[in-house]
Amino acid sequence: MLNNFVMPDLYPAAPEIFLLLMSFLVLFVDLFFGATHRWMAAMLTAVSLLGAALITLVTSDPQPVLTFSGMFIDDMLADFLKLMTYFAVLMMLVYSRQYLADRGLDKGEFYLLVIYATLGMMIMISAANFLTMYLGLELMSLSLYGLVAIDRNSTRCTEAAMKYFVLGALASGLLLYGMSMVYGATGSLELGGVAQALYQGQSEKTVLVFGLVFIVAGIAFKLGLVPFHMWIPDVYHGAPTAVTMFIGSAPKLAAFAMALRLLVYGLLGLATDWQKMLLVMAVLSIALGNLAAIAQTNIKRMLAYSAISHMGYMVLGLMSGMVAGKIDPFTATNAYSSALYYTVAYVLMSLGAFGAVLLLSRAGYEAENLEDFKGLNKRSPWFAAMMLIMMFSMAGIPFFIGFFAKFAVLLAAIKAGYVIVAVIAVMFSLIGAFYYLRVVKLMYFDAPVDSAPITAGLDVRVLFSLNGLAVAGLGLFPNEVMMICTTALLRSV
Amino acid sequence: MEFKTLLFYLFSTITVIAALRVITARNPVHAVLFLVLAFFNVAGLWMLLQAEFLSLALVMVYVGAVMVLFLFVVMMLDINIERVRAGFWSNLPLGIVVGGLLASEMAVVLSGKYFGLANLPPQNLPANYSNTKELARVLFTDYAYPFEVASVILLVAIIVAVMLTMRRRKDNKAMHSSDQIAVKAKDRMRIVKMAPEVDLPASGGDKA
Repeated sequence: MLNNFVMPDLYPAAPEIFLLLMSFLVLFVDLFFGATHRWMAAMLTAVSLLGAALITLVTSDPQPVLTFSGMFIDDMLADFLKLMTYFAVLMMLVYSRQYLADRGLDKGEFYLLVIYATLGMMIMISAANFLTMYLGLELMSLSLYGLVAIDRNSTRCTEAAMKYFVLGALASGLLLYGMSMVYGATGSLELGGVAQALYQGQSEKTVLVFGLVFIVAGIAFKLGLVPFHMWIPDVYHGAPTAVTMFIGSAPKLAAFAMALRLLVYGLLGLATDWQKMLLVMAVLSIALGNLAAIAQTNIKRMLAYSAISHMGYMVLGLMSGMVAGKIDPFTATNAYSSALYYTVAYVLMSLGAFGAVLLLSRAGYEAENLEDFKGLNKRSPWFAAMMLIMMFSMAGIPFFIGFFAKFAVLLAAIKAGYVIVAVIAVMFSLIGAFYYLRVVKLMYFDAPVDSAPITAGLDVRVLFSLNGLAVAGLGLFPNEVMMICTTALLRSV
Repeated sequence: MEFKTLLFYLFSTITVIAALRVITARNPVHAVLFLVLAFFNVAGLWMLLQAEFLSLALVMVYVGAVMVLFLFVVMMLDINIERVRAGFWSNLPLGIVVGGLLASEMAVVLSGKYFGLANLPPQNLPANYSNTKELARVLFTDYAYPFEVASVILLVAIIVAVMLTMRRRKDNKAMHSSDQIAVKAKDRMRIVKMAPEVDLPASGGDKA
């Protein structure tokens, strides 16, 4: 009966298995020592992530490997994105340690859910099948819903979690419905199988495009693109800042992987259709994100709208792979690696910007209004300079990493013939510069409202400084970062 | 008309009516009971598709366990129906327009042409074919990885549910038998050392 079954090779999935086993260890350590030694869960989580990073590096293989009956893929793109994910999660843990301790939120559950969300992202990044992609997404989303609601006595958190949960469940339903349609038309759940069925052109186009609409809607929800962006401002605003930082960083990498795997690896045969859908959503996101951010007085809300516009720019790269109905390997790689570069750059900047909010917050006080940044230069010239770097980079002012990311994405769009779209994107980026520069103006030219000394610990100070220097420093070597992204993409399926 | 086709239309008609009654029933207990009816008829539909195991699992798990539990929850909660239903009639026209639009679009795309009954005839399988065995075979071999991931999702659901609902109450009267056995006399009785009472001289506070 089991004649044709081959025992799966567990080696490529070693990081996932390790992280899962470590999560059980954290669970038990927290059960027995959680009340007395709170630091143990945090320490173990950091060690697990470092261990997973080490295993990912050791088991990295230049050739793509499929395992678990073709459901799991380990390629260079997966390794690169996983390493970036561990890195982002570790930074989040260091940034938020003091913040969580001050608010009594440094419970074992926080660290457990962070591990499971990370595991979900890894499963998404390595998914080669609709089923595993969906399960990874659910694992990540369910953990994130829990994290948003972690401060259960705060009505704001509960409301944000409720909104996130209801809208997220709806998006998952849309995605699943789309997947079932594509399965009905092609008869395969495997991304490779779907691509092959599309290539042979035997499937019903109507059903495929019908399914595609729902899949693109599901992806757009996770990325936060415009018609599906409603959850972003409320969730970013309502969640504890540490959780906002988590949602605003690593999951973007996983969502990028989801978009790339589903649309490019699986549904490339329908690229002319999904590129049009992405085009509309990208332009709307850039426009709405940049305009709505101007009206915000809360910096978390402002960064939420900025996230919407940034994801719009990222999608510009994703939709420029196929030109005039033909795939040219060079143009396509260029376009997709510019989108990858943008995602990585955005994650780094987003961590820094939320890091500043955590840096200025202290026990019983949330520095979440733009007012709180007034006169930061007088309180601490160094941190004001770091925040200036983040804001300049996000606005896309030259010689920071954000500028080269925007430049690469716009170049890809122009090469694909979307000149008007690129012009619109640049115009809105100029409008967007207003609200980033407003933060700089508040920091340097206004008198401080809140003159309490900055009480953040040494770890947060050092990390924030390094983050700022990385945003500035990596801007000096744009080609090297781009090379890594391109290599990762070329060595993938 | 074949007897099977007749059964199909019977089951699906009852399913649709029951599903509509779930959202229109005034009494939440009735709504739950209609949901049970809908599940039961879907189980019948699955049986027609020769998915015996899934069909029986639906009856046992959903009808037998989940919905009964749900019935208890609905009966225990004091739901104010008037407040829940407020705005139902005012929102109904918009709901009908959106829902009707969606349903008609789907009907146009998915009408009999692609997914009709004719396209999905269950193969005639031998009488000794075991649905359960086949399902278990793929679940524990080819689909072992998604199966494991699904179990991790359930674990996360448990953790989040406990995290959100468990409250340590101060007036909790729970007993810890191990503490009760290990109790020592000095835990129960405290001997307090006090300075002895000194009788003051009868003169009182008068110092004169």
